[in-house]
Amino acid sequence: MRMPTLPNTPAGEVVFSVRGVTKVYRMGEVEVQALRGITLDLYSGEFVVILGPSGSGKSTLLNILGGLDRATAGTVRYRGADLTHAGDRQLTEYRRYHAGFVFQFYNLIPSLTARENVAAVTEIARSPMKPEEALSMVGLGERLDHFPSQLSGGEQQRVAIARAIAKRPAVLLCDEPTGALDSATGIVVLEALAGVNRGLKTTTAVITHNAGIAMMADRVVRMSDGHITGVEQNPYPRQPRELTW
Amino acid sequence: MIRALDRKLLRDLWGMKGQAVAIALVIGAGVATFIMARSTLDSLMLTQQGFYRRYRFADVFASLRQAPDAVRERLARIEGVQDVETRVTTAARLDVEGFTDPVTALIVSLPDRGQPLLNSIYLRAGRSVEPGHNDEVVVSEAFAEAHQLHPGSRLGATIRGKQRTLRIVGVALSPEFVYQLQPGAVIPDFRTYAILWMARKPLESAAEMEGGFNDVAIRLQAGASVEDVISRVDQVLARYGGLGAISRKDQLSNRYLSEEFKQLRQMATMLPVIFLGIAAFLLNVVVTRMITAQREQLAILKAFGYSTADVALHYIKLVVLVVLAGVAVGVGAGIWLAKGMVVMYMQFYRFPEILYVLRPPVVVTATLVSVGAAVTGTLYSVLKAARIPPAEAMQPAAPAGHGPALVERMGLARWLSQPTKMILRNISRRPAKALLTVVGIAFACGIVVIGGFYRNSLDYMVAVQFRYAQQQDITVTFVEPASERAMYSLGQMPGVKLVEPFRVAPAEFQFEQRMHRTSIRGIPEGNSLFRLLNTKLQPVDLPPEGIVLTDFLANQLKIHPGQMLTVRVLEGRRPVRQIPVAAVVREFVGISGYMRLPALNRLMREGPAISGVYMTTGAAERPAILRKLKNMPRVAGATLRESAVTNFYRTMARQMLIFVSINTIMAMTIAFGVVYNSVRIALSERSRELASLRVLGFTVGEIAYILLGELALLTIAALPLGCYIGWGLSAFIVRNLQTELFRVPPVIFPSTYSFAATVVVSAALISSAMVSRKLALLDLVAVLKARE
Ligand SMILES: Nc1ncnc2c1ncn2[C@@H]1O[C@H](COP(=O)(O)OP(=O)(O)O)[C@@H](O)[C@H]1O
Ligand SMILES: [Mg+2]
Repeated sequence: MRMPTLPNTPAGEVVFSVRGVTKVYRMGEVEVQALRGITLDLYSGEFVVILGPSGSGKSTLLNILGGLDRATAGTVRYRGADLTHAGDRQLTEYRRYHAGFVFQFYNLIPSLTARENVAAVTEIARSPMKPEEALSMVGLGERLDHFPSQLSGGEQQRVAIARAIAKRPAVLLCDEPTGALDSATGIVVLEALAGVNRGLKTTTAVITHNAGIAMMADRVVRMSDGHITGVEQNPYPRQPRELTW
Repeated sequence: MIRALDRKLLRDLWGMKGQAVAIALVIGAGVATFIMARSTLDSLMLTQQGFYRRYRFADVFASLRQAPDAVRERLARIEGVQDVETRVTTAARLDVEGFTDPVTALIVSLPDRGQPLLNSIYLRAGRSVEPGHNDEVVVSEAFAEAHQLHPGSRLGATIRGKQRTLRIVGVALSPEFVYQLQPGAVIPDFRTYAILWMARKPLESAAEMEGGFNDVAIRLQAGASVEDVISRVDQVLARYGGLGAISRKDQLSNRYLSEEFKQLRQMATMLPVIFLGIAAFLLNVVVTRMITAQREQLAILKAFGYSTADVALHYIKLVVLVVLAGVAVGVGAGIWLAKGMVVMYMQFYRFPEILYVLRPPVVVTATLVSVGAAVTGTLYSVLKAARIPPAEAMQPAAPAGHGPALVERMGLARWLSQPTKMILRNISRRPAKALLTVVGIAFACGIVVIGGFYRNSLDYMVAVQFRYAQQQDITVTFVEPASERAMYSLGQMPGVKLVEPFRVAPAEFQFEQRMHRTSIRGIPEGNSLFRLLNTKLQPVDLPPEGIVLTDFLANQLKIHPGQMLTVRVLEGRRPVRQIPVAAVVREFVGISGYMRLPALNRLMREGPAISGVYMTTGAAERPAILRKLKNMPRVAGATLRESAVTNFYRTMARQMLIFVSINTIMAMTIAFGVVYNSVRIALSERSRELASLRVLGFTVGEIAYILLGELALLTIAALPLGCYIGWGLSAFIVRNLQTELFRVPPVIFPSTYSFAATVVVSAALISSAMVSRKLALLDLVAVLKARE
């Protein structure tokens, strides 16, 4: 495996170290092999885009990185700490203080307003932004007191992003964050993600099947059928506003 | 500032307010029953203790034929005796204007001056007797109320055959007569039995006992041995016709009061515990399903770093809020009901005032049980949900193996409509959930049955005991044992059809170390009015020799037919004999021993003496017969069977029935809460599916049929199970409700089952109507917006 030494991979410190990870889903008789031996390192502060067709195991990998699911075999380390064998308490602490998520399906709490959905996370974080600040970063400063059911799908997704970045996480894991957005809003969202990445040196992993977005990445990981089929460095990452799709 | 999670909690609560109210009602009803029962009992016991202490209820009582006053000193010198009060008591017949039934009274002396040392009286109205006014009496409150007598009223009385007129100066209560029961009777009748208090001097002369006494009350020093004092007292009084001293435990009023409290305690423990237990179980089920339905939100919270404990705490808060609201309502309602109950009991147990008490442990127990049930349900489902990795929990629940239901596989599919198939598949897909719903509804049905069974059992008990076993219309008791001639002369009265003699003697039974004080009843051969029944309730003949015992008494003594019973007669020559137990008979009311009349006469070493007569009469002649009986000097009293039955329902049964009626209302509340919750949970679990069906073109009626048809099916399945549960619990309660006073048989009439079924079906119909409104308002767009 190549060890990239890129100028924008400061100090080269390894944040995630994934070794031989497999994931098998068992549904009765049927076994689904979602990951078939993934080995990968993610570096502090880098912006990684994971590209791959639907069903290739991207979400599964991201969920395992986020401590939302456990690998069937192999190890995942976060800054040297073993996530694969961590207890519920350690995983909770990891999710609370280190990781931020943006899910493919917005997964907002329906009985809370936009502001409160963000507050639910900032209230337990260490040095969060104000919920209002996070929401204006995604252009929702005017919709603070709306309930999810009163927002469009794209707006709900932006609330989800505000919720993920508001606690200034060390790693930001985004599963198709712009899937439901028009390109103008998508760029606003990506700029917010990029801003957090650069400003706070947040290691960011974004899943997409949109090759255009890959242009802003420091590195692109390609996946297919549970394998990593290639890792490319991008010597000249573009600004989000330069992207088109 | 309110935390976001707490806002969520309040909004979720508001969103499920219907369910929350139903849950609160279920728990409220359970708690109210518990609080009502316990605090009624505690209040009565506290009131009793207070009355006994303040009015110096004696520790030892003794009756005797007659002793000179000087004997008092000898009693006072007995070691362990603190105070001695000697008294004169006598039986009397009273004449109350405008009342035809015979009335008897016990007249008890009061010191000529001042209050008695022991067993003092509480004056409710008027004053106590004054020296020099020989016709003055104080009358017991229960009797005064029954006949509306007041200070100033007059009473005709026959004492020792002499007629006189008494003037009522006061109305009073005594710790000795809280339970005002005529000796030998099972049920108090305030109209036909009175306690009168008279000054000692005039009573001595009326009872022809000048300078003597025939009754003693004793207070013991602290730490003194009751048994020792009793045996010393018996030694002293033996020469004066002592009838055997007794302790407080055996004092008539106190003993029956204890038995009543025992029965009440059992009733007040079992029913509420069952209610609270079932309410807690149902709460647990409801909460478990409610939390399970929230598994997705639970996963989101976990994904963002809330720990399992945080999430559990969040839902525990939600549930505890609802439960505490229910507990608060229950405690309030329980106190209110208990106060009403205590007032009602006071008409039966005569205390000067009510000391109402609700002990904190009672409230704490009720709260802990309710909260505990809710919290364990919550924890169980939260922990179960937390075991699923958040990534998976956020996915829509995997549809469990859909397949044809059993009935379809049996080849009935082509007769079933598509919605009917959906109902059947849904049930067979999650049999455990369907079973839980059935069990929940069945328990709801079961406690309605419990509420009703007691009434059935009492009716059955009265029918067997007072209408089947006993055939006499009138029971006549003589002042003292008489010859059989007395019976024949009564038989000659016009209108009298059949007469049958009986002999009753007070006696103490002993087997091994177990003793019991009751009486022996002698019954003639060929008896047809007073009949004994075997355990199958068939009339049986008395064997010529040996003694027959009430089944309950035999059980208490742990004696079986064939074993020898020690019998100590407490009257006349007071013989002590070993008599074989010949058989046991089933009786629901009272306890007794039975012998053939000649055998009892032989035991008593007396001739053919009788204590009274049972008779049947023509209905038309009955008032005339009663009037004549009233004027016969040797007749102490006459009781009418029918008025005994009426009296039973008016007094003893009434308290229990009111208690049971309240429970029925609580049971109905619980039934409704459970059924409503079952439908609401089903709705929230399936609203997405149902809305999708609406999108596909199903009508509101069709989706209502799918949802409510399932409920209907489960409800119908629950009814027989519920009736069975009700029967089982009733049998359990009955087994624990046996006292000397009466043993309620486990009888449930079909009407009770159909009432319970009606309650449950009505609850289902009302809940369905409420849910149907929600079905019409299902948000179809939300379904389209959501990811599935
Ligand atoms: N909870 C699950 N149970 C069973 N199979 C699953 C589950 N989650 C994902 N899979 C399967 O694992 C494979 C990878 O899924 P996923 O990681 O979601 O792919 P992607 O995100 O790349 O579209 C797919 O074949 C999918 O069907
Ligand atoms: Mg995916």
